[in-house]
Amino acid sequence: MSWEIVIGLEIHVQLATQSKLFSGARVGFGAQANTQTTLVDLGMPGALPVFNEAALRMAVAFGTAIDAEVCKHSVFARKNYFYPDSPKGYQTSQMDHPIVGLGHLDIQLEDGTTKRIGVTRAHLEEDAGKSLHEDYDGMTGIDLNRSSTPLLEIVSEPDLRTAKEAVAYMRKMHAIVTTIGISDGNMAEGSMRCDANVSIRQKGQQKLGTRAELKNINSFKFIERAINIEVQRQIDILEDGGLIHQETRLYDADKNETRPMRSKEEANDYRYFPCPDLLPIEIDEAYIDAIRQSLPELPDQRSARFVSQLNLSPYDAGVLSASRGLADYFESVVAVCNDPKLSANWVTGELAKYMNQNNLEIDAIPLSALQLGQLISRIQDDTISGKGAKTVFDELWNNAGEVDAIIDAKGLKQVSDQGAIEALVDDVIAQSSKQVQQYIDAEADKRGKMLGFFMGQVMQASKGSANPGQVNALLKQKLDALC
Amino acid sequence: MALENADIDKIAILARLQVTPSETSDYANSISSILSLIDQMQQVSTEGVEPLSNPHDASQRLRKDEVTCDNQREAFIALAPAAQDGLYLVPKVLD
Amino acid sequence: MTYKTLVKISKDLAAGDYSSRELTQDVIADIKARDSIYNSFISVSEDLALRQADAADARISAGTADILTGVPFAHKDLFCTQDHTTTAASKMLEHFVPPYESTVGQRLLSAGAVCVGKTNMDEFAMGSSNESSYFGVVKNPWDLMAVPGGSSGGSAAAVAAGLVPAATGTDTGGSIRQPASFCNLTGIKPTYGRVSRFGIIAYASSLDQAGPMCQTAEDAALMLNAMAGFDEQDSTSVQLDTPDFTADLNLPLQGLKVGLPKEFFGPGLNPQVAECVMTAVKQIESLGAQIIDISLPNLELSIPAYYVIAPSEASSNLSRFDGVRYGFRCDQPQDLMDLYCRTRAEGFGTEVKRRIMVGTYALSEGYYDAYYVKAQRIRRLIKNDFARALAQVDVIMGPVAPTPAFDLGSNTKDPVAMYLEDIYTLSANMAGIPAMSAPAGFVGGRPVGLHIMGNYFNEAKLLNIAHQYQQITDWHLQTPATNPAKGA
Repeated sequence: MSWEIVIGLEIHVQLATQSKLFSGARVGFGAQANTQTTLVDLGMPGALPVFNEAALRMAVAFGTAIDAEVCKHSVFARKNYFYPDSPKGYQTSQMDHPIVGLGHLDIQLEDGTTKRIGVTRAHLEEDAGKSLHEDYDGMTGIDLNRSSTPLLEIVSEPDLRTAKEAVAYMRKMHAIVTTIGISDGNMAEGSMRCDANVSIRQKGQQKLGTRAELKNINSFKFIERAINIEVQRQIDILEDGGLIHQETRLYDADKNETRPMRSKEEANDYRYFPCPDLLPIEIDEAYIDAIRQSLPELPDQRSARFVSQLNLSPYDAGVLSASRGLADYFESVVAVCNDPKLSANWVTGELAKYMNQNNLEIDAIPLSALQLGQLISRIQDDTISGKGAKTVFDELWNNAGEVDAIIDAKGLKQVSDQGAIEALVDDVIAQSSKQVQQYIDAEADKRGKMLGFFMGQVMQASKGSANPGQVNALLKQKLDALC
Repeated sequence: MALENADIDKIAILARLQVTPSETSDYANSISSILSLIDQMQQVSTEGVEPLSNPHDASQRLRKDEVTCDNQREAFIALAPAAQDGLYLVPKVLD
Repeated sequence: MTYKTLVKISKDLAAGDYSSRELTQDVIADIKARDSIYNSFISVSEDLALRQADAADARISAGTADILTGVPFAHKDLFCTQDHTTTAASKMLEHFVPPYESTVGQRLLSAGAVCVGKTNMDEFAMGSSNESSYFGVVKNPWDLMAVPGGSSGGSAAAVAAGLVPAATGTDTGGSIRQPASFCNLTGIKPTYGRVSRFGIIAYASSLDQAGPMCQTAEDAALMLNAMAGFDEQDSTSVQLDTPDFTADLNLPLQGLKVGLPKEFFGPGLNPQVAECVMTAVKQIESLGAQIIDISLPNLELSIPAYYVIAPSEASSNLSRFDGVRYGFRCDQPQDLMDLYCRTRAEGFGTEVKRRIMVGTYALSEGYYDAYYVKAQRIRRLIKNDFARALAQVDVIMGPVAPTPAFDLGSNTKDPVAMYLEDIYTLSANMAGIPAMSAPAGFVGGRPVGLHIMGNYFNEAKLLNIAHQYQQITDWHLQTPATNPAKGA
């Protein structure tokens, strides 16, 4: 049976404000438990919320960045439920009137094509506190530092069809929110996380299948894994003649499995109603326009500029602009070495390979853009070969250091002295009479391939330091002269 | 609209109120009579009338994004029925 | 100090007839000696009060005193008072000591007023008779068999008994005006948004408004001067300059247009109460006012709509009382559900639980539109009724309650009968307009108030009318001791 996967994402973005959504408490990760709380965040009797201007500005900036409808009238509503990390017994959110309405986002697929993903809405809400499950005399500890941290919840249409598309969508959202500066996008600290609604249906079927909601996925890698594992679970059930239950499931990264969330088992009725402690948010076109005008260059615009200005292929430009950090890094490398094409090759090639292998995002790599730029400059000015550069790159990645010092220490400097190279070439030709004879005897169009042997010998004799371009040219010239 | 005991049980769970069996029918009776009072609303047509949630139809004022308070954990946590290491304690929470 | 007005006490303090400390000590001694009769106080804050009194005395000698400096008052136990228990008359908060002061409390403290204690009330301000308090019923000083009204029944009884010259109250559906009416006081519910709600434990956020309960309109104006003002900590606080509410007290009432809504004088109204009210209206007419018949056609709908909106908001506002961060927690909770359900079942009283359940039901899936949204639409109809009426007249007058104070225990079995008592007061909260009660006579020895409602932010006009009325009547000067019919 052939299944189609249907995925919608709800991305939660913590907004990079100084203070909380409804109070003057500091926002920040990693502080001592319950030290960043006020009367308001603790839901003290009589405490009242007042809305943070920066959170509004950031939500509007997001709306304009994805070309969405920004709503001039939006309303905070209370979502009522009891849970220890929800101190008021309700979460202040938006329901019928979100700040951002319909929008869209274009993602780049692996085959190089572009796919448009619908964004249903984005709304402002407050984050919850955290439950700490270490044992406190058989009890759970509650830390409310995160309580009332501003969140933008971005809800996609169920337009995503593979786990990879979901990752690409999430990466693009990450690029946008970090580019416009409304979030630090730090997924490890929970600044950006997502819930995935996953269902499957038979290919060609219109009706959506029953979905499972995977909660709180906090890395790009886990999105892909969690969706794939959940899809497989659903396929197994349906192919065994079973039924999918609509439920909330938790992805367990250690066990690489999804399991039902026990705390969500009980049916809920959130009894949304407009928050009577907060009034409707009213904004005008001028406010929205001013924010739209002040947006920085967006990822799609940057990609287009990489193509038009730096002559990159659309594919490379897309990859490089998919993350603000990566794009910034790339442009810094270009600024040093002034070679966009070579820079793009290195960033999307060697650097991406190392990042993948080490599971690191661009902001955590041990190699600065200046270092990579210098390294590329040394390729350009023929100081080192591409191969030698990879050795230097590996050294910089693993042990740090300075580019030229590493080149010296490893003896990677290319010999480009024509006389020295000529001597090496002459030696090799003299010592390889058998191969020289074969070269002479070969038909002209086969000779190119045979050059490899001589190249290898010369490079070995030079301990890899001879400029391969020069070696190649000299060998060809001298051998052809013998024919 | 008359409520059954089962309705009261459902509401009580949503509202996190333990209701004893003997209280249930009392609540069912009194809340049913309140609901019949409330149902008088249905006598009047409100078609085309905008709901009013704030008497002034006012809009939300904005607060400057500034940190305006210091850490007062000790004062706050001292009010908690159960706390340890600066954390509020509750019976084991399951994910 | 018994039955001295704020104005008189302020003059005495300024003249050095007694110090604030002496006065405060007297007041507290009097409460300790006599309040066992009324049960109007939940707690007395002696140490704090004496400290405040000493600071007031220092201000008086330094010549930096305001008019309320050194004057004692009591807070309804719904206002958070820093370092002093604030219970909302609930077991849930029996031992709760707030880490902060309400904005109103802070403003009164800044004015130098001395808070001597916290008054009894209906639990979480839910009630019209002060019979739902965890700390016991309050008795009406005018007749110990009668309720003092609610929910600010303790504040009303304390002032009526002469224990304090003034007290704060809150009014969500009549909770200042009805006890003021039942206890012969002058009480005003200001325009919604005029007084900050920050630090006042919420019952129904879109309806709650705090105000003073005093012996005279002049005192009420002085108290309101201190209490009112924009507060950036309350999003619903209105950003308007606060006038001096005493400035217009002496304006003549010549040409004043008074509307009498026929719906306020329907068959449910006790005829003797109607007579008191009409006599008062005629006296005001004699001062130059013009009486005009008007209609508020949707008045009756204010009861069902209110009993949807208020419980709905309350069901959500009271969710924070969960036994985790403060307040009561049940013994030995087995699990999280048990912690919540038993804490709330044991911590809240019956009426509070009933309103939480009504509100929970009204907001629940499938009922939200038929109940909550419908009630909000009716709320707009009521607001529109007032707008139409107040385009025609300056103020609206009528009774505060259909009857004088009823007997203790007479309505406790039937919540609907109790809710119907609120018929004349709810609509002002629904519309958010200012409204007050002023003493207007007695029926069977129990006081009757005159209800005066006005346009948004027009508190000064209401106080002006009440003050002028108090210049030609002496109802407000009566005390339970002088009550010819039944004394305490």
